Amino acid sequence: MAILKRTGFAVLVMLLGAGAGAAVLSLPPEWNGLSDTVAARLDESGVTNPVTAVLLNFRGYDTLLEICVLMLAAFAVGSFVSERRSAGLGTGRGAAETSGQGHRGVELPIARPGRVLTGLVRLLAPWIILVSGYLLWVGSHAPGGAFQAGALLASLGVLIVLCDHRLLPRTASWLRRVLLALGFWVFAGFGLVPLMFGQALLQFSGPAAGWVILGIETACTVSIAMVLLLLFVCNARLPSLDADADRARGTGA
Amino acid sequence: MTTAQFYALCGVVLFAIGFHGVVTRAHQLRKLLSVNVMGSGVFLVLVALASRATGGHPDPVPHAMVLTGIVVAISATAVALSLVRRVHEGDAGEAPGDDAREAGP
Repeated sequence: MAILKRTGFAVLVMLLGAGAGAAVLSLPPEWNGLSDTVAARLDESGVTNPVTAVLLNFRGYDTLLEICVLMLAAFAVGSFVSERRSAGLGTGRGAAETSGQGHRGVELPIARPGRVLTGLVRLLAPWIILVSGYLLWVGSHAPGGAFQAGALLASLGVLIVLCDHRLLPRTASWLRRVLLALGFWVFAGFGLVPLMFGQALLQFSGPAAGWVILGIETACTVSIAMVLLLLFVCNARLPSLDADADRARGTGA
Repeated sequence: MTTAQFYALCGVVLFAIGFHGVVTRAHQLRKLLSVNVMGSGVFLVLVALASRATGGHPDPVPHAMVLTGIVVAISATAVALSLVRRVHEGDAGEAPGDDAREAGP
């Protein structure tokens, strides 16, 4: 009976896939979509990369709410961790306040960092920061932008955490929150400015549009990097890394 | 079949695989991974369909949507991951959601 049910469901999923595949194949093989519309108004957007123009200008509302979703996700994950700490189940909110005592739970199988990883990270860190800044800048006229730059910065943070989370600069809780929310508030603030001049919300046009977009993207890069890093740090249960290190020291390994 | 259609079909297959996984797997982590596979399929379809534009540049609107979608998917996954951990910690000692391979839909 169970096998019948399973096969039946598999057939159902295949039918669903076949239907979706037929729908995809029935689409015209060449279709410009909205690219002509974007190209026609690209001059007004302040940037020359169409993807950035769509993200930050034409559909800025989407991106604003998306930054908001990111911020809320970081706060949600962070609140789980701090709740756990107050319940005595675990320790540590972020990299700053870790005690590493009495933590028992599911541990991530992260190997202790060797010299290769530590040396590599030391070597890579300045380059990653440089490339991240380049990606942020180049986003106005070529593929790149806040998301790529932020993800790259966050990857550097993750690498540092994997080496030794105590290497991360200790930040106060309020500063972390400000950095988390910076992108959203800068974006929303700049978005409200056009209202004062009788324009629509988030309507960036004119000669200053390019600089406004760069400013928003810079703030968003910081926030995205911070959010992604915190999502990793909170889920990775850093004190367990600490405990590992303590155990290794205890056994003289 | 054009290249764009081929990639779009691959996306559809990924979506179907993910959907099958979400329904049939009992372990929350497997469900979470399946949702991510489904999402990747959707992104692949969007990017493939965007490349049908004739002007030499792909349609930027689906690209922007995929960029947005990837970041939202990451944050949703992270929240779900910490929820899964909370569920597993809730019943201390035993691990709920044992890998039940026989679980039907």
